[in-house]
Amino acid sequence: MFKKILIANRGEIACRVIKTARRMGIATVAVYSDADARAPFVQMADEAVHIGPSPASESYLIADKIIAACKATGAEAVHPGYGFLSERTSFAEALAKENIAFIGPPVNAIAAMGDKIESKKLAKEAGVNVVPGFVGEIRDTEHAVEISNEIGYPVMMKASAGGGGKGMRLAYDEKDVREGFESVKREGLNSFGDDRVFIEKFILNPRHIEIQILGDQHGNTLYLNERECSIQRRHQKVVEEAPSPFVTEKMRKAMGEQCVALAKAVGYYSAGTVELIVSGADPTGESFYFLEMNTRLQVEHPVTEAITGIDLVEQMIRVAAGEKLEMTQDDVKIDGWSIENRVYAEDPYRGFLPSTGRLTRYQPPVAGWTDDGAANGRRGVDGVRVDDGVYDGGEVSIFYDPMIAKLITWGKTRDEAADLQVAALDRFELEGLGHNIDFLSAIMQHPRFRSGELTTGFIAEEYPEGFHGAPTDENVTRALAAIAGFMASAEADRARRTDGQLGDRLDPPAKWQVTIGGTSHKVKLGHKHIKVDGDKVDIALEYTPGDRLVVAEIDDSELAVKVAKTRTGWRMTTRGAIHDVRVLPWHVAPLASHMIEKIPPDLSKFLICPMPGLLVALHVGEGDAVEAGQPLATVEAMKMENILRAEKSGVVKSVNAAQGDSLAVDAVILEME
Amino acid sequence: MSANIAEMERRRAAARLGGGQKRIDAQHAKGKLTARERLDVLLDEGSFEELDAYVEHDCVDFGMQDQKIPGDGVVTGSGTINGRLVYVFSQDFTVFGGSLSKRHAEKICKVMDKAMLAGAPVIGLNDSGGARIQEGVASLGGYADVFQKNVLASGVVPQISLIMGPCAGGAVYSPAMTDFIFMVKDSSYMFVTGPDVVKTVTNEVVTQEELGGAITHTTKSSVADLAFENDIEALLAARDFFDYLPENNRSGVPARPTSDPYDREDKSLDTLIPPNANQPYDMHELIRKTVDEGDFFEVQSAHAGNIICGFGRIEGRTIGIVANQPLVLAGVLDINSSKKAARFVRFCDAFEIPIVTFVDVPGFLPGTAQEYNGIIKHGAKLLFAYAEATVPKITVITRKAYGGAYDVMASKHLRGDLNYAWPTAEIAVMGAKGAVEIIFRSDIGDPEKIAERTKEYEDRFANPFVAAQRGYIDEVIYPHSTRRRIALGLRKLRNKSLENPWKKHDNIPL
Repeated sequence: MFKKILIANRGEIACRVIKTARRMGIATVAVYSDADARAPFVQMADEAVHIGPSPASESYLIADKIIAACKATGAEAVHPGYGFLSERTSFAEALAKENIAFIGPPVNAIAAMGDKIESKKLAKEAGVNVVPGFVGEIRDTEHAVEISNEIGYPVMMKASAGGGGKGMRLAYDEKDVREGFESVKREGLNSFGDDRVFIEKFILNPRHIEIQILGDQHGNTLYLNERECSIQRRHQKVVEEAPSPFVTEKMRKAMGEQCVALAKAVGYYSAGTVELIVSGADPTGESFYFLEMNTRLQVEHPVTEAITGIDLVEQMIRVAAGEKLEMTQDDVKIDGWSIENRVYAEDPYRGFLPSTGRLTRYQPPVAGWTDDGAANGRRGVDGVRVDDGVYDGGEVSIFYDPMIAKLITWGKTRDEAADLQVAALDRFELEGLGHNIDFLSAIMQHPRFRSGELTTGFIAEEYPEGFHGAPTDENVTRALAAIAGFMASAEADRARRTDGQLGDRLDPPAKWQVTIGGTSHKVKLGHKHIKVDGDKVDIALEYTPGDRLVVAEIDDSELAVKVAKTRTGWRMTTRGAIHDVRVLPWHVAPLASHMIEKIPPDLSKFLICPMPGLLVALHVGEGDAVEAGQPLATVEAMKMENILRAEKSGVVKSVNAAQGDSLAVDAVILEME
Repeated sequence: MSANIAEMERRRAAARLGGGQKRIDAQHAKGKLTARERLDVLLDEGSFEELDAYVEHDCVDFGMQDQKIPGDGVVTGSGTINGRLVYVFSQDFTVFGGSLSKRHAEKICKVMDKAMLAGAPVIGLNDSGGARIQEGVASLGGYADVFQKNVLASGVVPQISLIMGPCAGGAVYSPAMTDFIFMVKDSSYMFVTGPDVVKTVTNEVVTQEELGGAITHTTKSSVADLAFENDIEALLAARDFFDYLPENNRSGVPARPTSDPYDREDKSLDTLIPPNANQPYDMHELIRKTVDEGDFFEVQSAHAGNIICGFGRIEGRTIGIVANQPLVLAGVLDINSSKKAARFVRFCDAFEIPIVTFVDVPGFLPGTAQEYNGIIKHGAKLLFAYAEATVPKITVITRKAYGGAYDVMASKHLRGDLNYAWPTAEIAVMGAKGAVEIIFRSDIGDPEKIAERTKEYEDRFANPFVAAQRGYIDEVIYPHSTRRRIALGLRKLRNKSLENPWKKHDNIPL
């Protein structure tokens, strides 16, 4: 076994690998860029080597620097993590030349699977289903019908040069083909000057399901069940789970065996993943087709670990050291259900705009897990595992992936795992930048998610107008009202303990008007109960002024609410939604009706210089479409660069200043349409 | 007997009705509460005790003798806010437009006298059309009487003004002389002369809101401290604000229980200062993570953002916080920020509120705009205020403390009691680049040499230890221990006793 390994990666995956290596008694070496000098993985590793400036192209992507670091520290092997150099044959080859082991698959397998067309060919040869289609010249409508009948309906007829939805037509039967073929040809010719058409099987209700492969260098290859990753946004995975709610035992076996066949065909060893597209419309489960193979550890590997008890990182290290797998296919079982949510630094309330900066507060719901080697050790604390590489006061840098953390839960059932997610997300405290915690919670509660009827279009179909918070049911609203009233009384009670009281200490008000989402509730605090609108709420809670997380027990279940004081109440965040809650003493409440609701003046049309300074950069020009939060201009004042961002999406109408201008405070830099 | 009681009830009811239902409705239609309703929101429920409800004016000109409304346009008295005594007056716009008569002024003066005697703060709710023109000079005299009371009360009991309607002409000078002014957006304004006069005299066309609205006064003029959306928000905020204030200049700061441990460490502060010295950071984060429960009441937040002033608590006891804000203009000291902080420091000193200063200041803002407008005199105000303050003064330098601005920001030399520095502190006459260009002027043509000299200067001065070696810094501390250090310091300084030499009063450069 290796004595020392180097992790050619950063962030959560570097931490993840270090944990297992440490348990195995292997020393670890981290490599880091300027931006990561303070990062936890650097602290965690036994040794750390600085490899250059912040951009990955000048640090993490430079193989020579990694190899130099190996030599300098005497590391015998490199774990590449995912991304960066993990799937570069040149890197694996360079390591081999230096006699440093690569903790991953053989070079030829990376090469074979790295080529999209080549890998499809190999898959077909190995007996793996590929999406049926016809590539070649289609003579006429009759020929098209013939081809379509052969493929099986529905089929998609596409103009070869088509795109953007143009020159595409779906055919559910022969009649559709007869009616549509000529018009697709015409559209192709008119729009793209090319009338060639190809026909391909159309995958109805497509689901993204993948098979985890694990092989050793002695010809043993296993499949470690599937993961479903259908919930994606712009091809970026958001939620992953194992097993898949769609996959039956029979289907699992069929998929697994085909994928093992492919792995064997290319002499694969180590961990790898075969991605498949599956038609959710075919109840037989036979409609699964090869997409591509990822020749590395996947981001979502923890869900497989949680249900199989197998430590994938440990296995990769053992395989790279030449050890034989100690298990057989029969040993690979499914125990319970696991779901992973990716916590991203992007703001779903502002069009999923990426957000970077300082984490002014970072408190994950559970402390980091320690790898004690037990099979369920990788299920975290009480079924909640957080894989992260950030910390309270840390930075989400502009240079790398915007993923902050992975939240993995394990339960006996799918619902249990999803419920754990909701509870853990409610307790996930993250401030300083935009994040998608509410959005993840909304998905976890979504009836369609719960039903398991997933497709890769889930997010686009369920949130066509973007995300504005999860719907809040009446019971939660009532609970929030009760909590708000309780907190208000506790605050008032404490305020009345200030010294210098004129008389005996006053009792705090017991009656409050709590307004949530435009609806007002009467909250009355009794001796041992709270009434909301006259009805008792079965609730037990504690609140000490200053608390930021309130956990209330309601009807034997817990509701965790993040709370932040505002001028007239609290901002309460729970169950995937933010509520600006107004709390008024009951005697004041009737007066609130006289207050005039104000529409804030629309200054967002103008980008105004907030300070006198030098306009060092204009990031947009007239007519440019910008998204909310996008940097528009950089103003330097007192040698500090301040980035001015768009308050909302729109189009730049006019630019009133030029780069290099000295601007006065309140100068209009640009105007939006 | 019962007839007497009935008469009292009748008179009380008449007083409570003020200018009548029609005018009350008109007030409501404008989104404004009545004088009494405002007091109901401001004070603890049922705590208001009225004085002078039956006072009427004595004007006999212009038919005024036939128009008398008990109370004469102002409701006065006392009550409690979270159990602590406060004297109040609330002008009633439904009665003669809240205009100030001689009697109206006398009522205000009476509560101010009582407040001074009892050592309790005064909160005035302003909503007045101005002088009672029918009374002529008697009304003007009334104003001056109030002004005189304001001045005598200044520094004795805290005075807070809420502007909740018009406040124009001479009337502005009473709130102007109180300690803090809150305004309500859209329904309040303050100016010496209104838009009509402005138009006649200067041909300038300007709206009331632009000339003297809440936004104008909280951003541009700094006349007011904070702007609120409506009456209720302003009044509830005034309650919260009041909780921080001492009752008078001898009572000491109020204390209330807190469960926030004095020695709470916040490791995230260890990375607050960005690795790159030219990168700003938000000083609010340090403030929030230092004070009890993250509760910070900022004043003048929309004006001169390069300095932050406000109240927080440590171990339940009020402190005043002054902090440079690197996020705005790099935290530089300029005219506006100096004036803003100077007045705040003086308020704290007057009322025995300990001052905690967080320093990250690159110096004074250069330029003709600053020099022509008197940065020398205005900068001196802050220096003066810190130097004369005898309350406990604890200073933490987080990053830059350059030049004269280092001296100004509650330095050891200005009788700072505890002067701490983070390891990232740089206490020097100026930044390395500027210093090198002066010291090694002859090397300017040689960038290599300059770089070398700059490095040399940085190594020598870009740290807190040079200052610490001289005792100007008492200790270099971990950022995460800032709260504990401040809390312990305040405990030990609780009985601090320091007096300036006797003088009639000082001569701060106004």
